[in-house]
Amino acid sequence: MALDDQKRAFKYVGTTPNRPDGVDKVTGKAQYGADITAPGMLMGAVLRSPHPHARIVSIDTSAAEAMPGVRAVVTGKDFPAVEDQGFADIGETCMARDKVLYDGHPVAAIAATTPAIAKAAIRAIKVEYAPLPHVTDVDEAMLPDAPVVLEGRALEHVPAGMSQNVTNTCEFGHGDLEAGFTKADLILERSFKVGAAHQGYIEPNACMASYAADGRADLYCCTQGHFFVRAVCSALMGMEASQLRVTASEIGGGFGGKTTVFVEPVALMLSKKSGRPVKLVMTRDEVFKATGPTVHASVDCKIGMTKDGRITAGDMTLRYSGGAWPSGTIEMGAQAGFAAYDMPAVRTLGWTALTNRPKEISYRAPGAPQAVYAVESLIDEMCQQLGLDPVETRLKNAARKGTLSSYGVTFDDIGMVATLEAAKAHPHWSAPLGPNQGRGIAAGFWFNFGGNTCVSLNINADGTASVTEGNPDIGGSRASISLMAAEELGIPYDNIRTIVADTASLGYNDNTDGSRVTFAVGLATIKAARAAIKVMCDRAAAMWGIDAEAVEWIDGAAVPAGPNAGKFPPMSLAEIAAMSFQTGGPIAGHHEVNVDGAGVSFGVHICDVEVDPETGHTLVTRYTVAQDAGKAVHPTYVEGQMQGGAVQGIGWALNEEYIYGRDGRLQNAGFLDYRIPVASDLPKIDTVILEIPNPGHPYGVRGVGETPIVPPLAAVTNAVSRAIGKRMYQVPMSPPRIMTTIKGK
Amino acid sequence: MRYMTAETAEAASSALAAEPGLARVLAGGTDLLVQLKAGMIRPDLVVDIKKIPGIREITAENGGWRIGAAVANAELKEHPGVKADWPGVVEGANLIGSTQVQGRCTMAGNLCNGSPAADAVPGLVAADASVTVVGPSGTRVVKVADIPAGPGRTTLAKGEIVTAIHLPAKAARSSDAYLRFIPRTEMDIAVAAAAVSLTLSEDGTITAARVALGAVAPKVVLADASTIIGTKLDDAALAALAKAAEAVCNPIDDKRGTIEFRTSTAGVLARRAAVIAYNRAKGVK
Amino acid sequence: MKSIPVSTTINGDPVEFLCTPDEPLLDVLRNRLGLTGAKEGCGTGDCGACSVTVNGRLVCSCLVLGVEVEGAQIETIEGMAHGETLHPLQRHFIEKAALQCGVCTPGILVAAKSLLEKNASPTDEEVRYWLAGNLCRCTGYDKIIEAVQSAAAEMRGEV
Repeated sequence: MALDDQKRAFKYVGTTPNRPDGVDKVTGKAQYGADITAPGMLMGAVLRSPHPHARIVSIDTSAAEAMPGVRAVVTGKDFPAVEDQGFADIGETCMARDKVLYDGHPVAAIAATTPAIAKAAIRAIKVEYAPLPHVTDVDEAMLPDAPVVLEGRALEHVPAGMSQNVTNTCEFGHGDLEAGFTKADLILERSFKVGAAHQGYIEPNACMASYAADGRADLYCCTQGHFFVRAVCSALMGMEASQLRVTASEIGGGFGGKTTVFVEPVALMLSKKSGRPVKLVMTRDEVFKATGPTVHASVDCKIGMTKDGRITAGDMTLRYSGGAWPSGTIEMGAQAGFAAYDMPAVRTLGWTALTNRPKEISYRAPGAPQAVYAVESLIDEMCQQLGLDPVETRLKNAARKGTLSSYGVTFDDIGMVATLEAAKAHPHWSAPLGPNQGRGIAAGFWFNFGGNTCVSLNINADGTASVTEGNPDIGGSRASISLMAAEELGIPYDNIRTIVADTASLGYNDNTDGSRVTFAVGLATIKAARAAIKVMCDRAAAMWGIDAEAVEWIDGAAVPAGPNAGKFPPMSLAEIAAMSFQTGGPIAGHHEVNVDGAGVSFGVHICDVEVDPETGHTLVTRYTVAQDAGKAVHPTYVEGQMQGGAVQGIGWALNEEYIYGRDGRLQNAGFLDYRIPVASDLPKIDTVILEIPNPGHPYGVRGVGETPIVPPLAAVTNAVSRAIGKRMYQVPMSPPRIMTTIKGK
Repeated sequence: MRYMTAETAEAASSALAAEPGLARVLAGGTDLLVQLKAGMIRPDLVVDIKKIPGIREITAENGGWRIGAAVANAELKEHPGVKADWPGVVEGANLIGSTQVQGRCTMAGNLCNGSPAADAVPGLVAADASVTVVGPSGTRVVKVADIPAGPGRTTLAKGEIVTAIHLPAKAARSSDAYLRFIPRTEMDIAVAAAAVSLTLSEDGTITAARVALGAVAPKVVLADASTIIGTKLDDAALAALAKAAEAVCNPIDDKRGTIEFRTSTAGVLARRAAVIAYNRAKGVK
Repeated sequence: MKSIPVSTTINGDPVEFLCTPDEPLLDVLRNRLGLTGAKEGCGTGDCGACSVTVNGRLVCSCLVLGVEVEGAQIETIEGMAHGETLHPLQRHFIEKAALQCGVCTPGILVAAKSLLEKNASPTDEEVRYWLAGNLCRCTGYDKIIEAVQSAAAEMRGEV
């Protein structure tokens, strides 16, 4: 089935129609998290710790409670204890219990009749803290005498005698490292540092909760996954999932950052205590201080290479910190680091340590950019030392179908070689460079995910179709889902409307993350459409009085086949739908599945920079992205993912990082000093979409959203390093860091 | 917080002087509203000065220009006369914030906010501009350079407001330029900045010059311009200027830049700004 | 804090509202007048998501007090389309995929319209610098620039 389907001529898939939410979004009508209101609604505000690490001695809320207009006060004591450790950790990020663990950690919340009263009441809360020593750097946190952020959280396999901050370790790889390095003509070992980058979504986290006296509740929020929101909030509130209905608003960017909760349980508790709907919206500085950036990392990487560019061995140690709670991101980093290459001998060793920073949450390909940056930078440096072409060297070592990957799986059809060839063939790769300019190239990899997915597809009596899915649309997925439904059903795109339903309307859907939606929801949509087609074929057969097995679905119509071929004219979807009430009732298809088979995706980026040798100012002057999309369902939106991801990576490479002072406080909690790229910083981002079909999807679709943030850290680093003639080993490459390297200090 | 619109400078001054609590002037509001939002200040009184006659106007005076204190920088940019005479002043003012911020922010506000990194101030100091200050004890004219007192502080007394900025007449064969360093291309606070104003003799020798540096000391500082006076801005003069600029730097080490980086960059910018001003004064594009 | 009555014109309609003296215009639009098209991305003038025009001048509504707009003419994203007819910028933004999440889009559209009113034929660089105060985290700006330019071409009658 799969292969035939992938090779078919598509009618709708691959076209670029307008998205169904477009008009609402260009006219200001679309409702995002902070746009939802309810009658009698109160406004919430949160009091946050100014300390990076302190014991809470006491919280006196009496003065705040006495203020006119204050309707509810919530502290950690209001939340019941939760058994599930993962949920308990998320709960503590929303409201501290005994200790505050980072600058910005919530300690109390207020609901009041106006925002001004809520803010004033926050100032009236008195908290007594007993400050504790803090640590905000991963390398310092791993030292045996480092201040301990949380006790007793190390997993069993973490060796004894380490700092209690070290909570996890993992190792991946294969082959004989020693033998591999022995075969090398050049062995280089380098250390790298990567700052913590924030997802930087423009819409601050926001929600509106309404908890009724009988224990039912409704929650509206901007999220990448309202089913997960329901799971965690119902656990933290001690509710049954059925009693909490969560509706996802439009979402103003997430990039992984909205795959958890920060304000939702607090708003629910404020609503429960006040008996009124409560809106809780973060300010921008709260977003930076108290929602998850990604991990910050320290990496040692060692590679052996023959003088003709064959990698003989790779060994890497990664140290990640995801803030004040245990984080699993290290596992993805350790698996992704060398995944683009066919390695005869490879090992990646990962460590995670706690620091007094907010709890990390996923950021686009979580964990991969940090690890791949080290590998791709080091390969580039080795190419320079050996006088090798960086594309040819990568081609020589590229993972292919049948390669045993560095993380243990054997690859099926993959696009690493094709993306490298595309980069090599692109005019950008051979264009001349001017003075103070440099060109860098880097590859990147991401696993892609499938996961739990439910789709319902209803055939309407007028011959149109409604698709109900459960994954918030963060970049045009409703259009892509409609395209796949159109393709299967054989009716025009405009006759289909896809909506994202609330948690009461479908079974569980995993988050909009892991580049899974177009792949997994698309797959479930195709299957749901096929289920509806089966019903329609049955109805047609019944009307014709022939065997249902002898009906095929061709181009939007039931067609008699086999012995009955040609006996009746095709009966269109519209005709079958119009008769549906007389032939057995409404027609629908649905599909529920835990999807497997997400194909991995590779990308290769080429970056040109011009560096001012006297100030270190760096301008990206040209940028090209080549990536394997499997099958681009809506090619313009695929390009958008490739461009957006690349630019996030460029920002991280040059400017973006969390800066903590010696006092453990975040110094750049705003867009002024957490500097994401602005329009004038960038050139056009050229794209090349490759289509190497994913065997795991009926149309060959692969996820595309995350891979594009993986190569830029190294692509930009390699460009800067070549422009200045010296290697850079830390991102972001701020101008002072570039000048320090130029001056050789 | 109370809000009032003042119809005259004197009324604004009296209200500000009479306020026992915290009082603030509102012109463009691009610093004030940020401080309100952050809870950095909670003023008891805000006096909007935009209704004061003439305060939003640019007028020619004594061969130079009078720029009302509430003239938005976007309006300044659209004024061909000021831009022709003092391109460096205008380019400094126009580097503050975004297009949106330009629609509101003012040079006077930038000055009175007291930031060491204020983009409008080095150009004004290099131009040797003055301001009119109206206060409880009358009106005085003060050099721009004498207004800043340190980060977030000015020499203005309680109840005193700046009502206008005065740019002197442009001398023949003179021009100015402003450069700042930021990591991005827009939207950042200056990490180091330099404004150069200079006048040439007919043969292209520099006869007068002022070099003002921003973001490298608690307030704008002047570098020793004698390093380039009497020269035609040859390489030796430029090197001496960069050195003189570095010599007066006394910056902080912070998230935006190190002491070393700010110092060396100030020297580079002073050198580059001098070249631009020199070419402009010579009429070379 | 005592509220102050303000009379103004928004998208051509006479509007009266009460607001406290410290209340930003953005909060007035969103919380008091139900005009939630302008978004608060930062509240400090760094992101441009709250862009509106006041008396024809492009501003961040988070950096204007509600009490300041007495007698002013305000234009917001809600006034950009006429009935069912989208402004060319709005149409080109949809067609060129210049939005992904869409939360920065109202501000960018208001800002781009303001640019094209001043300069009907901007270069790409001029568009990029004019829009430097409008942060977009999804698109990398490429398709935004493309959409502004194709809308500008249409508005010049070139299409």
